[in-house]
Amino acid sequence: MTAQILFALSLLITLAVFAFTMRRIFFNFRYTKKKKLTDYPARIRETFKVAIAQQKIFRHPVMGFVHALVFWGFMVILFGSIEMVVDGLFGTERSFAVLGWFYDFLMATGDVFAAIIAISILIFMFRRIFLHVKRFYGPEMKPVSKADANLTLSFILLLMLSLLGMNAFYLLEMHNTGQSFEGVFPVSQSLADLFVGMSDKGIIFWHHFNWWFHILLIFIFANVLPYSKHFHVFMSVPNVLVSRIEPLGKVDNMDSITKEVKLMLDPAAPMDAGGEETVEKFGVSDANDINWVNYMNALSCTECGRCTAVCPANITGKLLSPRKIVMDVRARMKEKGAGLMKEGAAFDDGKSLIGDYISEEELWACTMCNACAQECPININQPSLILDMRRYLVLEQSKAPSGLNTAFTNIENNGAPWQYSPEDRMNWADELFINKQA
Amino acid sequence: MTNTANKIKIEVPVMANLAAQGHKPEWLFWVGSAGAFDDRYKKVTREFVKLLTFLGIDYAVLGIEESDSGDVARRAGNEMLFQMQALQNIEILNGYEVKKIVTCCPHDFNTLKNEYPELGGHYEVWHHSQFLAEKLKAGNLKGISEAFASKKIVFHDPCYLGRGTGEYEAPRSVLDAIPSEKVEMKRNRSFGLCCGAGGGQMFKEAEKGDKEVFIERTEEAIATGADIIATACPFCMVMMTDGIKYKNQEERMKNYDIAELLSLSLGL
Repeated sequence: MTAQILFALSLLITLAVFAFTMRRIFFNFRYTKKKKLTDYPARIRETFKVAIAQQKIFRHPVMGFVHALVFWGFMVILFGSIEMVVDGLFGTERSFAVLGWFYDFLMATGDVFAAIIAISILIFMFRRIFLHVKRFYGPEMKPVSKADANLTLSFILLLMLSLLGMNAFYLLEMHNTGQSFEGVFPVSQSLADLFVGMSDKGIIFWHHFNWWFHILLIFIFANVLPYSKHFHVFMSVPNVLVSRIEPLGKVDNMDSITKEVKLMLDPAAPMDAGGEETVEKFGVSDANDINWVNYMNALSCTECGRCTAVCPANITGKLLSPRKIVMDVRARMKEKGAGLMKEGAAFDDGKSLIGDYISEEELWACTMCNACAQECPININQPSLILDMRRYLVLEQSKAPSGLNTAFTNIENNGAPWQYSPEDRMNWADELFINKQA
Repeated sequence: MTNTANKIKIEVPVMANLAAQGHKPEWLFWVGSAGAFDDRYKKVTREFVKLLTFLGIDYAVLGIEESDSGDVARRAGNEMLFQMQALQNIEILNGYEVKKIVTCCPHDFNTLKNEYPELGGHYEVWHHSQFLAEKLKAGNLKGISEAFASKKIVFHDPCYLGRGTGEYEAPRSVLDAIPSEKVEMKRNRSFGLCCGAGGGQMFKEAEKGDKEVFIERTEEAIATGADIIATACPFCMVMMTDGIKYKNQEERMKNYDIAELLSLSLGL
């Protein structure tokens, strides 16, 4: 009974802290712009492909496969974690065993995956510490990002080791007390053989120790994640569900501009019923100008740097790093969100996303080639953020590089970005001959 | 080459004239600003028109009624200018009841196909690589010579054809129809590296860095040992041509659009 009370208390604290954190993070959604989601069947297909089947992570086949193993393993092991919560609350043991063969199957898979994940984590750690993977470095990769990664990997390694320990000592305890055990544990079975000579007391102790260690570590882990880049673990699957599913080349239309342009082209065009609307700012200059999907993107980013590694601007030594853009959005939202929460929508700290976090130089270096968006394993769309900030610079500040301003003027006056007369638009067809006809 | 006496002059059909005669052509050939004004890409436009003529396609161009698609303006952040261009173009296209559009420019292809519908322009839009691949598949382009048989060709994926709209194979199938050796760069298809001209870069100075993007890409193409960089985009063409010049490879390496290669192979 004491154990049950202790467990319920730990769970309560875990949930309370988690709720507190989530409130802080999700509060900021109210300061983001609306964006309507459509085509849910396509979104669900996309989620299966990109999130569940891990399609895009396989663009780096070897490390992608290792990540996929960890992801799939987590999904299976999650079942056992839920069982542990139920067992902890009700003082039962292996309560889900009533599921019969299905339970055996999940336990066996989870047991094997625990070993696979532990090995994968060791590979990840080795790579991080001993191999110089270029994309793990960069001006935006501060020591805290590295510490984050190593801490998370250590957490997961300990979780897997305690899971295997729990299973192994469970088997030994059942064996020594003459009880039959529930589930199938291919890895832990062989692990148990190593401890056959241990005293009954020792076995019972290590079984309980591993059980408590594992579940309490999960509780702590769950509360550490939201404060690190590994919030990814919670956010990436929902992020894929709400991510952009349109062709990458397509740019989102600004409907507010369409209204104005239609009026300009035809002053007699009927105004929308309802009349005056609030004067809107065009584009994005600060974190609360982004839409909620952009914010989801930013919360889900785990700073893997695959985007930056393929960015033509970054490859050729320019300041732009798509990863930094996403990280800056998240950091600025966190900073401004704290103020917004205290002082309300009127909060102004005299800072903004453009200028204090992201420079114009970064924004203008983008070729809109979409390599970053193509690469992102969880469908984060960096170009739309960059473009929305360019829109602010051009539409609100008239601050485009001079070459572009010339191109704008030419398009406006001549219908082409170069300074040619529109009357000459057919000159290419002069004196055109063909040698033969089919 | 046959002498001028054997050549047939092409009168490019213009939409307004055909409409006056009460004829609605099957295809609208969208020339695009680069196709109409850029000296290098004008040649591509002319070769593509030769192919259209050779195929006997019922088509027309808008001529001086065509205006910039707005792709550059939009991606450089000038949404106002983009929409003015788009709405004016759409009005003209809809006025002629245009149904099918083919264009040599992947940027205009993407803009017309993916972005004009939201503003009231609904058309079936084809990139010339898809159009030519289709005609080749149907067996309509007979008599391809061995003109490039001894050449090694590498294809550079335009971002707005590839990643932008997901078309990687059509331009390759056009090249496959031309007897020649084909090679690939390490970064190809969805991994393709941008030429450096998109997103308005074509019209501005590059930001400070170690090198220009077009040089990085040209070096990759040169490393394949190819004799020809095949492109399918006016911006890529400018960039790759500049890159070849910059690397002093003009003697050894040429840059052609896939339509040019096909037209030259057919001896048009």
